[in-house]
Amino acid sequence: MTDKNEQNPNEGLSIEEQKKKAAAEAKAKALELAKQRQAEKAKAAETTEPAAEPELTKEELKKKAAAEAKAKALELAKQRQAEKAKAEEATVPAAEPELTKEELKKKATAEAKAKALELARQRQAEKAKVDETSEPELTKEELKKKAAAEAKAKALELAKQRQSEKGNATEPAGDDEKAKAAAKAKAVAAAKAKAAAAAKAKLARETGGDTASEPASDDEKAKAAAKAKAAAAAKAKAAAAAKTKAAREAGGEPASDDEKAKAAAKAKAAAAAKAKAAAAAKAKAAREAGGEAPAGDDEKAKAIAAAKAKAAAAAKARAAANAKGAAAEPAEEEKPSPNQPILDTYIKVIKEHLGEETLEDAYINRLSKDVPTLVAKPDTYYKVAEFLKHNDQLCFDYLSEMHGTDFETHFEVYNHLYSYVNRQSVALKVKIDRNSAVTQSITPLWAGANWPERETYDLLGIQFEGHPNLTRIMLPDDWVGHPLRKDYEPHDVEV
Amino acid sequence: MIRTEEMLLNVGPQHPSTHGVFRIVLKIDGETIIEATPVIGYLHRGTEKLAENLQYTQIIPYTDRMDYLAAMTNNYVICHAVETMMSLEIPERAEYLRVIVMELGRIASHLVWFGTYLLDIGAMSPFLYAFREREAIINMLNEICGARLTFNYMRVGGVKWDAPDGWIEKVRDFIPYMREELAGYHDLVTGNEIFLNRVKGIGYYSKEEALDYSLSGANLRCTGTSWDLRKDEPYSIYERFDFDVPVFHTGDAWARYQCRMQEIEESLKILEQAVEQFPEEGPVMAKVPRIIKPPKGEAFVRIESPRGEIGCYIASEGKKEPYRLKFRRPSFYNLQILPKLLVGENISNLITILGGIDIVLGEVDG
Repeated sequence: MTDKNEQNPNEGLSIEEQKKKAAAEAKAKALELAKQRQAEKAKAAETTEPAAEPELTKEELKKKAAAEAKAKALELAKQRQAEKAKAEEATVPAAEPELTKEELKKKATAEAKAKALELARQRQAEKAKVDETSEPELTKEELKKKAAAEAKAKALELAKQRQSEKGNATEPAGDDEKAKAAAKAKAVAAAKAKAAAAAKAKLARETGGDTASEPASDDEKAKAAAKAKAAAAAKAKAAAAAKTKAAREAGGEPASDDEKAKAAAKAKAAAAAKAKAAAAAKAKAAREAGGEAPAGDDEKAKAIAAAKAKAAAAAKARAAANAKGAAAEPAEEEKPSPNQPILDTYIKVIKEHLGEETLEDAYINRLSKDVPTLVAKPDTYYKVAEFLKHNDQLCFDYLSEMHGTDFETHFEVYNHLYSYVNRQSVALKVKIDRNSAVTQSITPLWAGANWPERETYDLLGIQFEGHPNLTRIMLPDDWVGHPLRKDYEPHDVEV
Repeated sequence: MIRTEEMLLNVGPQHPSTHGVFRIVLKIDGETIIEATPVIGYLHRGTEKLAENLQYTQIIPYTDRMDYLAAMTNNYVICHAVETMMSLEIPERAEYLRVIVMELGRIASHLVWFGTYLLDIGAMSPFLYAFREREAIINMLNEICGARLTFNYMRVGGVKWDAPDGWIEKVRDFIPYMREELAGYHDLVTGNEIFLNRVKGIGYYSKEEALDYSLSGANLRCTGTSWDLRKDEPYSIYERFDFDVPVFHTGDAWARYQCRMQEIEESLKILEQAVEQFPEEGPVMAKVPRIIKPPKGEAFVRIESPRGEIGCYIASEGKKEPYRLKFRRPSFYNLQILPKLLVGENISNLITILGGIDIVLGEVDG
């Protein structure tokens, strides 16, 4: 019995007792297991949290987990921020992660400022470059500037003289009238000076241009000279007319006080503006001669003066063009377009690489700002387009416009391409048979052709082979017909 | 284990942040967009078809309805196309008036964009300020042509009405006022941390992608490509003005924001010079035939609208109506990149990206 008892300790115990014992053992075992697990966990936690205590209550565990998750999220956020900061580094060299709002604002403005400065510098550098590279241009520019500055100075002096003269001569006139006359004189002088400057600039330009480009024919030179003269004469006439008018008005019918005051004020304002411009021009000249001066109001004035000079020059050019157009219209028509050499190169390069028979036609479209226009054959359309895009010499990387037209005898697809590398445009067209209106899609070349091709399909019914998703885009899917076809008949099931 | 399901989400066509009737069908996985399909055409009015039966002057009011936030540039582009074909000389005063109203329109358009964009991404007050300043511009334009949005102001050969007395002075006074307010906008928004977090690095595309997708305007200039038709292919009298083309390099919504804000400043610069040079007298219409008939042939011209390149193609048979008229509408081209930008984005960035492109649905749908 004892042996048996020893062999089986449960022998002498009641069932109840046995059960209790088993339960206790199981509990102990479970506890040990739990302890083990906890220890394992603690170990695992030690990598992230070295001071993790082995025995934690459930609550504590939860908290810990949450904290861990938070830490992780924070790290992720940090990473993301760092990535973002990296991406921004192009503009912001050292983006600190924690900045107050104020600092950020300041930074932003500083950045903007720095950028503006850099832009300004770049532009200056570019300008300088352009000036350096083109010697004749430099002289031209300088001449213009100088001429303008001189003329302005002269005009100012003249105006002053006149003022004093008038002041002496017309004593009996009322104060109002005096002021008016003086202002007018000023205005006239200014106008004259402007005209003179413009004429000078023009002359300088023309001589500069002539020397720069291939020697023009004597005829043309003579023409130019005559034009300049004519323009000068016209200006002189205008000035004279203004003078007489001023004289008449000064001596003649008395204007109402109100009007007088207004006129005087206007004239004064104009004179002031002129003086400002002159000063600015002077300052500009000085600066350009002797280096850089502090920017600010000066620069603004400079810009205004420059713009004025530009405007005057442009007006001149326009007037000249007008005169020319009236005088020698047939001669101008025969002149080849300035874009002709560009078109010739396009044709040459295309023929060299794709063969003689690729283009149906090539011409300069005079109505459309002289854009070189290529008409591809229906079967070479894609090839030509691909070549225009990928050839290193042509490099038309931008599709500006794409559409189709129903010319009744045929359809035509028109593409306006642009090369940002060469800064040139070309129009690429293809004629499509109206009975089987199918052509190749150029969407694989320019992703921007995707929707325009869908629109062309929708409204004209031209099929583009190789288009990723040729469905209607403007009209509903169940629309009948293609409205931009000239033979389109509206279809309505209700009627 | 979090389990997500693919879901189809339909945004629009009536949705406040699409600024018109634009619909986009999204396939989303959780909060991530995996596919985006824009659906357009809800505002298609067939302008090009209608134009085939209209005289050139009659078409001008239709262009007002395309980009109704900057209708002056639309007016100009068709007039410019016809004038190019007929090689018309435009009187000085008309050219200055055109430039002034176009630049005012550009500022007004950018102000609407600024206000609504910030409204889209959660800032309420900039909208109120922006619309206050825009109202000043709209009032000026109303005074010169009698309409607040659909101006119908330009004509082939010039403009319909001369500026009323004192109008130029009003524009002159507006310039410093707007400069001051613009500085206020920068104080209010530009440095705001919440705003920066919403736009920085969002909706990025590269320079090559921008060119590939035929983007233009601020959408192109935010990638480092300096391209502004006012500068690079000067039309009207833009070569007379001294202004810069703002270019940014990060290609994200933040760059587009900076670009547009700086363009307001540049427009103010142009306005300042235009007002300064404004001719005191002169006609505002060139001598044009009563019935305008461009010569037989075709022409395509493009100019810089607030949204990018707006172009006009005319095929003429020498008749008083165009044989074919086509507008290159910048919003239509710019919107094409949207599905590409949205894939893989969080759905909350949808509005930031869409708003950043700056579309006008009247223009998208033609």
